[in-house]
Amino acid sequence: MRAVEAAGVWKFYGDFPALREVSIGVEAGSCLALLGRNGAGKTTLLRILAGLSRAGRGRVQILGGDPGEPHTRGRTGILGHGVSLYDELSALENLKLFGRLYGVAEPGRTAREWLERTGLERARDALVRGFSRGMRQRLAIARAFLHEPAVLLLDEPFTALDDRASALLEALLREAVAAGRTVVLSTHQLREALALATQVALLVRGKLAYAGERTPEMLEDPGWLYGRYGEA
Amino acid sequence: MRFLRQSLTIAAKDLRSEWRTKEALNSSVAFALVILLLFSFAFEPTEEQTRQIAGGLLWLAFAFAGALILNRSFARELPNDCLDALIAAPLTGAALFLGKLLANFVLLAAVELISLPVFGIFYDVNWTRQLGPLLEVMALGTWGMTVVGTLFSALTVNLRLRELMLPMLVYPVMLPALLAAVQLTSPLVMGQPLAGDLMVWLRLLVAFDVIFTALALALVETVLVR
Amino acid sequence: MRPRILILLAGLAAVLLARNLYVILLQLPDHPRQGPLYRIILFHVPAAWIAFLGFFAALVASILYLAKRNLRYDAFAVSVTEVGLAFAAANLVTGMIWGNSIWGTPWTWDARLTTTLVGCLLYAGYLMLRHAVEDPTERAKNSAVLSIIAFADVPIIFFSIELWRGQHPKLEVWRGEIVAPGYREMLFLNWAPLLLLAAVFVAVRMRQEVQQRELEALRRRVHAL
Repeated sequence: MRAVEAAGVWKFYGDFPALREVSIGVEAGSCLALLGRNGAGKTTLLRILAGLSRAGRGRVQILGGDPGEPHTRGRTGILGHGVSLYDELSALENLKLFGRLYGVAEPGRTAREWLERTGLERARDALVRGFSRGMRQRLAIARAFLHEPAVLLLDEPFTALDDRASALLEALLREAVAAGRTVVLSTHQLREALALATQVALLVRGKLAYAGERTPEMLEDPGWLYGRYGEA
Repeated sequence: MRFLRQSLTIAAKDLRSEWRTKEALNSSVAFALVILLLFSFAFEPTEEQTRQIAGGLLWLAFAFAGALILNRSFARELPNDCLDALIAAPLTGAALFLGKLLANFVLLAAVELISLPVFGIFYDVNWTRQLGPLLEVMALGTWGMTVVGTLFSALTVNLRLRELMLPMLVYPVMLPALLAAVQLTSPLVMGQPLAGDLMVWLRLLVAFDVIFTALALALVETVLVR
Repeated sequence: MRPRILILLAGLAAVLLARNLYVILLQLPDHPRQGPLYRIILFHVPAAWIAFLGFFAALVASILYLAKRNLRYDAFAVSVTEVGLAFAAANLVTGMIWGNSIWGTPWTWDARLTTTLVGCLLYAGYLMLRHAVEDPTERAKNSAVLSIIAFADVPIIFFSIELWRGQHPKLEVWRGEIVAPGYREMLFLNWAPLLLLAAVFVAVRMRQEVQQRELEALRRRVHAL
């Protein structure tokens, strides 16, 4: 059983197909980099994997279960375009909230640990409203990881991260993959993503143009894939 | 039960968040008071007349002021994409809905409890003669309003014209509950007991609450997942 | 439905309607008490039935859409709702005209008329919601939910207004039998052409909706290029 499985997925907005017959499989302990231009369908696919959207046709399985099931969602961590943090709550309150929702055993203690890990322990009781952008990003990362999800879904996570947050995320992702967890991340930033990825998939206007192992050539020349399989 | 615990977590978050900013609460209380004030200028009722129309007066004020609170309910999840994070969490739509429903109920009840004494002062009316039953009716009426309002708040959350569409959609649906609440409140303010002819209105209100709570819980998951 | 069939049905409806109008205006006697304007009831009552039928059909289509997620159900739902709303509005207007002639005033908070009015508000809200949502799938889903809530609410609204009227009787509400000869048969006869007309409108609207959606999809495709 693969950790992430999509078979023949179609997604329609009205009659417009945003995703056409997309089939991918990601084994546990792998990292899939999802490439594609804007509008290719990366976010759409990730939202379906996260249970935020329903596929029009086709089957999606996360850890053997339907992504809409609460049990499956509890083992998935997401990092979208927005940081998904409440401005009027403190860093600690935000993490405790999500800890509770995800059924973490000791939300308070886990929250504090993650604040230390992301270098935010001094801003523990400060409202997120006053945070700098870098601090918000790090807190968002803490939020996504704190319940030790078996599957991580990240939508362009390296975009607009500062160096500190970028290094933190990279380290956490490596750790996750090494621990046998699964990562799917969409990206424009080819370099960081390709360094982490074991598999690569390219979406072109909703269709899967390429899916396979990440080869060393790709690492040397990140644009190669677009040139070879991308749009004419 | 996990369901209940998650709902209470959401309710607590909404209430804590609202307490820190007091945006919806302040504007709602202010709006209710302004309505009460305007009515007294527009109609200049005598004390006896006021008691007879107390139900209509109060519930119109509550309904209009309530729209402000209900609008914020799901709208507060939009900044920073928090709504996505909530939907992606292992939280059923029903638990999320119930949490917000409870928070809205508390907030609207707070507005009502502040408005009542002000109403009593502005209109020189003693409204405490049947205090227990009055509070009971207010609780039931408020529940009806918030059940429908919270569901529609979820339905309209992504719309451009949310502030306009929410009241327009919600008021016709709430009509039976508002009507029942009004029919019950005036006699109670006049000091009549909750018995006899009034009981059928009470039953209608309870039936509305039960039916729409069930309907909302059944439909909310559909509304939230895109 | 193919255009030729639609034209045929519309033609049939027109013929039946013309025949009925002839009978109604020239052959039926005036109502003994209520005079010549009473004839309007032969349109007022069927209009209500058709509106109700339309909203019920919308309910079924909405439930089916949520279960199957096929957009044809959504196209059907909006079509029957629009036609139902038009007939409900006709019911209201004819009701007010008739009311004015026998009660001297067009509006008396009669339970049925008031429920029709609130129903019109609810379903007008449905149409407004549709205009406010751009994505067709979201639009279909949200309006399906609204349709279900609206239909569930209508009987409750009716009951509550009946109750309220029972406590504030303003004017005697006519609930009698249709006394004048020939009227009862005519009532049922008039049902058919009006229902046919409604069906034609629904079919036309549905085609329009499906084509509109296809256009939207094509437009989106073009933008994506």
